[in-house]
Amino acid sequence: MSILIRNISKRFGDFVALDDVSLEVDGGSLTALLGPSGSGKSTLLRIIAGLEIPDSGEIVLSGRDATALAPQKRNVGFVFQHYAPFKHMTVRENVAFGLKVRKRPKAEIAQRVEELLNLVQLQGFGHRYPAQLSGGQRQRMALARALAPEPQVLLLDEPFGALDARVRAELREWLMHLHDVVNVTTVFVTHDREEAMEVSDQIAVMNRGALEQVGAPRALYDEPATDFVMRFVGDANEVAGVLVRPHDLDLLPEPADDALEAMIVKATFLGRDVKVDLHGSDGSEVIAVLTRDRYEALGLWRGQTVWIRPERDRAFA
Amino acid sequence: MVIVGLPLAALMWKATSDGTQSFWDAATSPEAIAALKLTLATAVLVALLNAVLGTVTAWVLVRDNFHGKAVVNAIIDLPFALPTIVAGLTILALYGPRSPVGIDVTYTRTAIVLAMMFVTLPFVVRTVQPVLEELEVEVEEAARSLGAGPLTTFRRVIFPNIFPGILSGMALAFAKAVGEFGALVIITGNLPFKTEVASVYIFSRIESGDSTAAAAVAVELLLISFAALLSIGAIRHLATRHERA
Amino acid sequence: MHSARLDRLGLRFLALAYLAVILVGPLAIVFWRTFEHGLAPAWNALSQPDTIHAFKLTLIITAIAVPVNTVFGIVCALAIVRRSFPGKGLLNAFIDLPLALSPVVVGLSLFLLYGRQGWFGGWLDDHGIQVLFALPAMVIATIFVSLPFVAREVVPTLREIGDEQEQAAYTLGAGGWQTFWRITLPSIRWAVIYGVILTTARCLGEYGAVAVVSGRLQGQTETATLRVQERYESYDFAGAYAISIVLATLAILVLVALTVLRPKEGTS
Repeated sequence: MSILIRNISKRFGDFVALDDVSLEVDGGSLTALLGPSGSGKSTLLRIIAGLEIPDSGEIVLSGRDATALAPQKRNVGFVFQHYAPFKHMTVRENVAFGLKVRKRPKAEIAQRVEELLNLVQLQGFGHRYPAQLSGGQRQRMALARALAPEPQVLLLDEPFGALDARVRAELREWLMHLHDVVNVTTVFVTHDREEAMEVSDQIAVMNRGALEQVGAPRALYDEPATDFVMRFVGDANEVAGVLVRPHDLDLLPEPADDALEAMIVKATFLGRDVKVDLHGSDGSEVIAVLTRDRYEALGLWRGQTVWIRPERDRAFA
Repeated sequence: MVIVGLPLAALMWKATSDGTQSFWDAATSPEAIAALKLTLATAVLVALLNAVLGTVTAWVLVRDNFHGKAVVNAIIDLPFALPTIVAGLTILALYGPRSPVGIDVTYTRTAIVLAMMFVTLPFVVRTVQPVLEELEVEVEEAARSLGAGPLTTFRRVIFPNIFPGILSGMALAFAKAVGEFGALVIITGNLPFKTEVASVYIFSRIESGDSTAAAAVAVELLLISFAALLSIGAIRHLATRHERA
Repeated sequence: MHSARLDRLGLRFLALAYLAVILVGPLAIVFWRTFEHGLAPAWNALSQPDTIHAFKLTLIITAIAVPVNTVFGIVCALAIVRRSFPGKGLLNAFIDLPLALSPVVVGLSLFLLYGRQGWFGGWLDDHGIQVLFALPAMVIATIFVSLPFVAREVVPTLREIGDEQEQAAYTLGAGGWQTFWRITLPSIRWAVIYGVILTTARCLGEYGAVAVVSGRLQGQTETATLRVQERYESYDFAGAYAISIVLATLAILVLVALTVLRPKEGTS
């Protein structure tokens, strides 16, 4: 159930998709590959699945070297961004496909399909065709289909990318719940940091074909290893050459050491917090977020000049 | 590859195997030249007629509405499905010796044109239709609302869009007409210098055992087709400049 | 607008007149002439042994050519859309070539290849294999001219579908062949059917190429289309018309099938 990625490199023509990437995924965990477009995350996922062959490096699945193994033999479930449904088959036939191909007895197939349809809450939809399902339903079908042959690894390529925000949020919850129940090693690709933070046990942040940092969501947020991770995993300001989170900025009514003079341009009430837009004397635009209590305690107003300073132990230099 | 490439290669070889002089003689014999001229002239005429009538037909099929339109739309494809020899026979039935309307075009050049029109009927219609369908009515309406009369709208808005389609259809029609055999073999009487087209001439040379002459003229026919297709392609390329970034 | 309505009627009239003069009129006359004197003459004409043989021959050739071209078309389409290899553009062009060639030229090139003085002629002669003026040449000629249709229909459909479904099948454990049968083929089935119908129509109707390579020996190497011409030139007009009617009816059936299938083929 574990995945070992060792020194994987891959180019497409002149384009370097992956540059010496190594990663360990523990059995049973939920890992996110997070990064912008072109970072190589989908390529890496496909290499794990066997849909692409790396130029160099190894993939070890549960202790076995799977680098040159065909996708058919790897026993990985793959869920595509656009679901790749078998359009000419019903939902039931789609889900049963992996089992049919392995020549399992009919009764076993029927039972497993029912089980899965219940799991993904598509019971009663078995006879429908993919075209008759909504986007969210199609994705659940794709998941059921991938899980049917009991894969040792489940891979999802931007699984919720093609869905609208509300459905995306629902399915996110649902994926986490599913993972608790089925407990198969899961790796999914996303460019949405909230999604990665909310769903996964560990996040691997990728940029331009290389791994920037791997760790639990909190570790990435609190202790980013690079500039890129800091900016990608949360909001960040650059104040006096140092990256600071909006929450970690101190607003002082009087000048202080290492503090930047800035003018309050706008204050927006966001429920419990207040977002303050500031224009720094060095020309920079800074965003600070304070709790409402703090904001009111400071008695700040628009147009006021304040001095901003990172809370010392929270900055990243 | 084997099926298509080899025979053509053999053709080329045979055409030139007896030497250039013999090729030239065969290629420029008076009968051959007459046949080629006739073929070229009629095919060009037919392509132009198709351009006009085919466009009109496509227009009516897309923009007009009347009972039985679906049937008419389906009939257009008939020349694709009908054997060419039968096409020739049907033209003959209406416009031949026992014509019920008293028109007899057998052994005339008109017969050639009629038969070619029959077999090339669908081409321009089918290449223009999808373009017209895609061209939203709203584009025309916008032009009208800006003050353009129907003729101007056609000339400046519609025509530039369907022009490439017309050209493609013409190219296909030309290629088919130039090589047409079955539809012409009965109806034209194949009179040398009068109603003998290139394909029939080639056939007669084969039957007489003069395969070199046949090959020579076949090569010429191929060259003509090739040249025509290239030029139409070039015009098309120029006409669609605006569609490329 | 009054003038707009006249314009439209005028155009409609022009189009319909065009179709009537060139297409419908002549066809109607053929039907009329065939049955002018009742069913009997037509039936007699069709029951002549040589005519029956001609139909049989046409059917045999079609029965061979269509499956061959179907397999070939699907294989080529898969190669063109899913793989890259040197000479791919050439393959694409070659597939379209038969459409642009005159049937007589096709026949001639085959003649030159398999005839006694042709490239293969000597070898074939030595081994007592007759290709020209016999069934093999006619089949080859028919295959040549009806080559493109299945491939041309399948290629755009394959392109549009993309290969994600196939990738999904691989990850689910399906091998290459299984994937092809269960996933790829069903997803292109309408395009294939449409292409098969077009190929069949072409095979049934082929004249020029087969005329050159067959030698047109009555009762032996005459197809239905060749027979039409033979009957006409023997002044057996009833016979010629009767055979034509059968072929025309087949063509109309093909048209109906195409019309019915076209929306399915388009959406797939």
